[in-house]
Amino acid sequence: MSGTPEPLGIAIVGASLAGLRGAEALRLNGYDGPLSIVGDEPYRPYDRPPLSKHVLAGELAAGATQLPNLVSLDARWHLGQAAIKLDREARIIALAGGTALSFDRLLIATGAQARPWPDPEAARLSGVHTLRGRDDAADLRAALVKNPGRVVIVGAGLIGCEAASCCRDLGLPVTLIDPNPTPLARSLGGAIGGVIAGCLRDAGVDFRPGTQVRALEGDGAVRRVALSNGAAIDADLVIVALGAVRATGWLAAAALMADAGGVTCDGACRVLTADGTAVPEIYAAGDVARWPIPLYDGRLVSIEHWGNAVEQARHAARNMLAAPDDQRPYDHLPAFWSSQFGINIKAVGLTEGADSLAVVQGSLAARRFLAVYGQAGRSIAAVSFDEARWLPAYAERVAARRPFPPIRDANDQPAITSLPPGFPPPRAARHHGVAMGGAHG
Amino acid sequence: MRVVVDLNRCQGYAQCCYAAPGRFELRGREILFYDPAPPNHERAEIERAVEACPVHAISVAFADIDLKRPPGTAR
Repeated sequence: MSGTPEPLGIAIVGASLAGLRGAEALRLNGYDGPLSIVGDEPYRPYDRPPLSKHVLAGELAAGATQLPNLVSLDARWHLGQAAIKLDREARIIALAGGTALSFDRLLIATGAQARPWPDPEAARLSGVHTLRGRDDAADLRAALVKNPGRVVIVGAGLIGCEAASCCRDLGLPVTLIDPNPTPLARSLGGAIGGVIAGCLRDAGVDFRPGTQVRALEGDGAVRRVALSNGAAIDADLVIVALGAVRATGWLAAAALMADAGGVTCDGACRVLTADGTAVPEIYAAGDVARWPIPLYDGRLVSIEHWGNAVEQARHAARNMLAAPDDQRPYDHLPAFWSSQFGINIKAVGLTEGADSLAVVQGSLAARRFLAVYGQAGRSIAAVSFDEARWLPAYAERVAARRPFPPIRDANDQPAITSLPPGFPPPRAARHHGVAMGGAHG
Repeated sequence: MRVVVDLNRCQGYAQCCYAAPGRFELRGREILFYDPAPPNHERAEIERAVEACPVHAISVAFADIDLKRPPGTAR
């Protein structure tokens, strides 16, 4: 197959949610030319959020979550063939296996990968897992049903907490380790994280806050998790849940503004060259895209959530077919959900930089509430625990940059007091997304 | 059949649980669990669930539209 480039047309690299919804939007917007979709996994696009919940629990098979095609794509699929190099000048993508794919327009939707344990040798010990893709979930599920002894989870972000919840439901002993004082500290702050800490305690999880892992030790199979305080925990199975790195390695030679934190785009989803010029024929969407978000004054963010993959891919597809003077800026209200310990968690907005938190419905003690995050008197984000019905009203206020707290004297509202949200200090220069986790919504 | 629910949009109205009781289920106060691959003979129930959702959170495809073309074959 090598040597003869494919016919020109639009190529989408990345066959997950963003790639699929982008492809559909191209067809819905009238594009009827050649369409190629490249995916590194051998599977049709599938949904990731159930992997860390119902697949681990054994309620769904890992292969059950293939996403519905909402329109006919008439696409040429290159599945199980990772893109390994982009030649931007020649407009050719090299695929593993030797195929050369020519394009005249390209949508980059390669997403992210689980951040591996930093010591590659220890990461290869049997019994050490990450959780991002369908195969990861199938492998982890297969290991869990063998009834291992203690499961140690490194990282109490959304994925780590969802995994801890599932493992306890399965009756497995679980230790959850995180350097921060509470779980979910980076995404939701310590005040809200403290509620999940209570759930962990009630569920019988051995939660070790403020704790660093020094090494994963074993002889072929993992046996121990060594902590930086000198202690060690015996472990038969380790889940490394340290968030995700953006899949940009294949762009290394393309002179784009790309690194493990994403590929930088302009406001219209067009990728930028290393010198900051927008490339008119190359767009990016989903977890991999880093762009200036208008709602937060143009701060560069990459949003690792389901709703952004859908909306940004549709937006990029629309712009790909539009004239150069009709490139619309992409604005978005970030949102995610999680379910763990029987609680439905939903959040909107970006909490980064929050200086205050107000519980505006329910109470933290009841584990049923809606809380709003404020920054310099503006409402920037909101989170609900089993109070989803209230969230749209507050989402509207967050999207409209309303003052903090946004709604007073509502029915059933408690006396509103502001408390510190309890975010850990910013991480030292390490490229990271907006929230820890991976396959959550 | 393939089903996906936008759980950002879902408000836990539970209408889908009445329309297709074997395929949509509320857990705890408001966690929606659903079957992403219901059997084809339940098409009527699933269509009712899609119609009943007050926030239009449910998407469904009754056939794998593009599967006639095996991966990697020419257009």
